[in-house]
Amino acid sequence: MSQTQVKQALGSGVVIEAVQSLTGAESIAPDHMGRSRQSAVGYVPQSVNIDPGLLRQVELLLTRQAVLLDARRWSDWMETFTEDGIYWMPAAPEQTDWASQPSIFAEDRLLMEVRANRLMHPNAWSQAAQWATHHLLGAVIVEQASADALSTYTPFQMMEVRRDKVRHFGGSYRHHLVKQADGQWKIRLQRVDMFNAQASYDYVIQAWV
Amino acid sequence: MPAALDLDHLVQPDRVHRTVYTDQAIFDLEMEHIFESAWVYCGHESQVKEVGQYQTVQIGRQPMVMVRAKDGQIHVLYNRCPHRGVQLCGSHSGNTGSSFVCPYHAWSFHLDGKVRAIPLIKGYEGTRLSTDDPDCNMARAARVESYRGFVFASLSPTGPSLVDFLGDAKVAFDDMCDRSPEGEVEVVPVCHRVVQQSNWKFFMENQLDALHPSVTHQSTGVSARRVEKQLKEKEGSAPLHFHYLSTFASSFDQWDSVQTVNFPHGHGILKAYMGLRPTDPDTQEYEALMRKAYGPEKTEEYLSRSIHHVLIYPYLSVQSPLQQVRCLRPLGPDKTLSEIWHFRLKGAPEAIYRRSMWYFNLVNSPATMINADDLENWTRGQNGLQSKGNDWVSFHRNMGGDTEKDGVLYSNNGTSEVVMRNQFKAWRNYMSRAQTPATA
Repeated sequence: MSQTQVKQALGSGVVIEAVQSLTGAESIAPDHMGRSRQSAVGYVPQSVNIDPGLLRQVELLLTRQAVLLDARRWSDWMETFTEDGIYWMPAAPEQTDWASQPSIFAEDRLLMEVRANRLMHPNAWSQAAQWATHHLLGAVIVEQASADALSTYTPFQMMEVRRDKVRHFGGSYRHHLVKQADGQWKIRLQRVDMFNAQASYDYVIQAWV
Repeated sequence: MPAALDLDHLVQPDRVHRTVYTDQAIFDLEMEHIFESAWVYCGHESQVKEVGQYQTVQIGRQPMVMVRAKDGQIHVLYNRCPHRGVQLCGSHSGNTGSSFVCPYHAWSFHLDGKVRAIPLIKGYEGTRLSTDDPDCNMARAARVESYRGFVFASLSPTGPSLVDFLGDAKVAFDDMCDRSPEGEVEVVPVCHRVVQQSNWKFFMENQLDALHPSVTHQSTGVSARRVEKQLKEKEGSAPLHFHYLSTFASSFDQWDSVQTVNFPHGHGILKAYMGLRPTDPDTQEYEALMRKAYGPEKTEEYLSRSIHHVLIYPYLSVQSPLQQVRCLRPLGPDKTLSEIWHFRLKGAPEAIYRRSMWYFNLVNSPATMINADDLENWTRGQNGLQSKGNDWVSFHRNMGGDTEKDGVLYSNNGTSEVVMRNQFKAWRNYMSRAQTPATA
């Protein structure tokens, strides 16, 4: 092509001035039946104000439960729960009941005891490999408060190393806390929503998150 | 891998060569001659109830999509636009509406895969492409059949029918569905997906390996047994879910008494051992519903089948008494995805569903206290088989000690490695087709 030919070729063109009412995909298949608009997802916590001293107490409790997990102090960790306490990791964010829908974890104190004893057993073969976790908690939001009960929302991140592989998990805790006779607070429900709950798991989750 | 696949060398009656678990070229041949030829489970009809509802599924190396069409028929199509190859469904599941529309250039397809429209069709005038050309359609799986609501596809136009392929192992689906007073099950829409860093065969062998549970699962079994015992002493009984876990720690002798039944095509059954027929009020209510639906004789037949789980070789484990299914999708010689589903018995009381859900939660969820140690074993197995220290994997246990009747092998010892020997018989049979390559 000579320079003149190039000049001529580029000398004319099209300007799309007004966009037609039908886009390409619409003109082919105008009905979106079944393919609905993308809806909002997730849980947005509400917030109430409580006494800063009490808030600090709650923060310490929730941080402590995470630190105890990282330290593999399973019995101490279980003691942060009430006798009727439940640890629940739903399989999907829209789940509302730990007992009637499939979960990733759904454990009362007795099942927690099974898991804790298994993890400490000398022949827990999967625990032979190097394994550790590290939690990081975000700001605690108090959602509901009464004299002896609190509901909280806390974002978290957790890293896990196993052999030489690092996995990264994240999500939110929703806690139901109840005040004990001695003035201490304990966990009645720890709901753990993993943001990647429905992605595939490379290997399994051995201990509570 | 040797230049030609030397099956006599690789698979011997009592041992197999380690490379059948580790070699990429052998894996590729498995995909071609086993997974992309046999009947592969796609999903349950209740996963695609509505018109346009789809579920993507991997068959061997082929990305496929199972979809419900306007006439109610279920199709299994290659998830690929005939134009430039883009996958038409981008999610595990969803509803594609009245057609598939390619996100790249808006080619669209009816739900049976036939091309619906191509933009600016004039552009193809004078070319060899026209919409009458079948190459303009989404390609379909060669064969699709379902058995009691469970949909299978085969990418090979020839071979046994689905029922012939399943053979006696079809009892997996009968046993599951017959336990419903309505004779049907419905999927629970939660799929647990767990990846094992090991060859798919580790899973298949492990499923009927009765020697491993009391070793591998000792920690979980004894911990559960302790709590179960405490509860029984204190309250007279313990929920069945502790028993689900504690039985894993039974003795070698107890496990040796649990029989395996080994069918042609590599399928098999581990017979029941958990005693899943308690006499509590929930069970009584359920059994009354069953008798009402089927009469006492059939009910007895349906509820007393001795099955722990049924294996459909090479990829499916059906735990029919607890309505769960684990389906393997091999990703590489050392990587396998399992998709784990739970089903609800239509017409059965809620309590019966919840009872089996505990097994789903405790044994089959991604936080399983059981498979944690299985997957660890298989990873170490995969790594160990890289070793040149020994080329062989041993399946000698109780060799010659099994009873054969009408082509079915019954173990006289539950821990007999007849399971693996039978699976490799099927493997060899499939792979023998790879032995005579067209170029030879």
